[in-house]
Amino acid sequence: MDITVNILMTIATAATPLLIAAIGELVVERSGVLNLGVEGMMVMGTIGGFGAAYLTGNPWIGLFAGIALGAIFSLLFAVMTLSLATNQVATGLSLTILGLGLSGMMGTNFVGLPGERLPNLYIPVLTDIPVIGRLLFGQDPIFYMSIVLVIAVAWFLFRTRTGLTLRSIGDSHTSAHALGIQVIRYRYLAVVFGGACAGLAGAHLSLVYTPQWVENMTAGRGWIALALVVFASWRPLRVLAGAYIFGAVWIGQLHAQAFGIPVPSQFLSSLPYLATIVVLVLISRNKRLTMMNTPASLGQPFVPDR
Amino acid sequence: MRLELVKRPQRSMLFSMLSPFIAFALTVIAGALMFAFLGVNPATALFTYFISPITEVWQIHELAIKAAPLILIAVGLSVCYRANIWNIGAEGQFVIGAIAGSIIPVLYPEMQGPFVLPMMLLMGMVGGALYAGIPAFLKARFGTNEILTSLMLVYVAQLFLDWMVRGPWRDPKGFNFPQTVQFNSSAVLPEIMPMSGRANWGFLFALIAAVLIWFMMSRMLKGFEVRVLGSSPRAGRFAGFSLNRMVFFAFMVSGALAGLAGISEVSGAIGQLQPSISPGYGFTAIIVAFLGRLNPLGIVAAGLVLGLTYLGGEAAQSVLGISDKVARVFQGMLLFFVLGCDTLIHYRIRLVGLGAPKPQVAAKLEEAR
Repeated sequence: MDITVNILMTIATAATPLLIAAIGELVVERSGVLNLGVEGMMVMGTIGGFGAAYLTGNPWIGLFAGIALGAIFSLLFAVMTLSLATNQVATGLSLTILGLGLSGMMGTNFVGLPGERLPNLYIPVLTDIPVIGRLLFGQDPIFYMSIVLVIAVAWFLFRTRTGLTLRSIGDSHTSAHALGIQVIRYRYLAVVFGGACAGLAGAHLSLVYTPQWVENMTAGRGWIALALVVFASWRPLRVLAGAYIFGAVWIGQLHAQAFGIPVPSQFLSSLPYLATIVVLVLISRNKRLTMMNTPASLGQPFVPDR
Repeated sequence: MRLELVKRPQRSMLFSMLSPFIAFALTVIAGALMFAFLGVNPATALFTYFISPITEVWQIHELAIKAAPLILIAVGLSVCYRANIWNIGAEGQFVIGAIAGSIIPVLYPEMQGPFVLPMMLLMGMVGGALYAGIPAFLKARFGTNEILTSLMLVYVAQLFLDWMVRGPWRDPKGFNFPQTVQFNSSAVLPEIMPMSGRANWGFLFALIAAVLIWFMMSRMLKGFEVRVLGSSPRAGRFAGFSLNRMVFFAFMVSGALAGLAGISEVSGAIGQLQPSISPGYGFTAIIVAFLGRLNPLGIVAAGLVLGLTYLGGEAAQSVLGISDKVARVFQGMLLFFVLGCDTLIHYRIRLVGLGAPKPQVAAKLEEAR
């Protein structure tokens, strides 16, 4: 029983960064902007989180530093694609390249140092309930944030007027502009929100998942988060499901390696990436589903005519 | 205050020429600021980074070694990007090309003769092209997003290479080091001018590929097809061009060139397979493609510039004691500035909102409209 609980807990820990990064990117893409820089913003979150926690000795400060660094970094993307109308695909890629380089440079002196871990929640009586106690009341703080985030984003997008406005911008920025909506302003906010989420996801990696700093420690999770958004056909609750499926794949292959299954470890390590491809193919086969949900002006630059 | 873009009546030839140079200048300025921030004298740092790596003849050879794979890959990517097809998995195609091309020297090390090298290069190209065929097939058949699939395959390829050199292909006499046997002399790409430095034929392949692709893009119907489908798929369909066939064509061409770059690097610069055979050439080549304006001849120049950022990174590490990650930062900044400067080709930039314009200025603006 204890083993099952432990496995479920690790799946949640593996799924949380994917979930947070993906939910942020979902909001960005719903506003019609494709930010391929998730990996770069996330890796900035890892260095911000680790660095600030190490220097101050307080993981909570690390958490906020990770969020802040992700948000500031995404602002670079926003200025380029929104104010200067650059190609979003190429700009997103350059954000990733720059993020990997900057974090590598900033983190040279952090390699191999012990990090600070955000403590798991502990509520005296509740956490001690067998089995469900730890699952519900004994996880790390960012886990709870991720769940709140999903519900809040789902509520915001589909139950509020501002959410409706954001979605309308994603579907037709020209019509939204004609209606007098500040397209660029909404998109700025969406992109920075996405950056903050990616930063938080990165901070989770270096403050909870493995409290240390390793170069490129995101290991493609930012890209998987991008795939999750497509997989979820831009629906928040499906992102939640997708992130946990991928968390399970990630943990499953690690356990398989630990149990010494007679398959080379490299093959097991490539499972999450192969699973991403399979899932993308399955989703894209269903043309109607993707056509209906893809924000219609996704990835197209917008220059308001005056 | 905010930026406002005003569409130019037609694209500005001036900025089309100048933008890579402005971008490079901005990168140097930003780099100087960064060095100052790191507490290094910017002048010394910039000299170490951009000038000192190319002051002697043997260093020019090193530059050619770094530039060759970048140019080869970027020339192929330019075809993709012109067609508005986003292959960002060149790093994986590079790795698979290197593995496929190494089949002969690793499994049949006793094979000698002049036919070995051409076979290796051919197999490298086929390997890279087939690997690039996977995202192409998925896109053409199912409409799967090629950006994500081609990128995921990079991780898969790297893990596969890791397994090969630690498992089945490990040199039994190699003291358990994760590497294959050293290639024999007829499997090693010859040097161009062994008297003066190490540069190998890979650089010549890069130049030839650039000229061939330039010819195709500007003088052949196929190149026209690429550009039409890239700028307007609808118009392309009316002209009878098939987008699906173009997806395969663009992916296979860029995959083959990335594969050629992979086997050239392994056979020319390294001499055996190792767990890591590329310092991110496949990703840096994306920057090369954009800095070269997606024009094969521009890409040759851009490849040399980006090759220099690698050498500069090494120099910065050994002379100044700064992490060689500084190279990646320079590369990222360069792409940022290029993309930003490209805006100037199509738009004029105006700063607005610094308070209301004075009446006479407003009148003038009105007149200008």
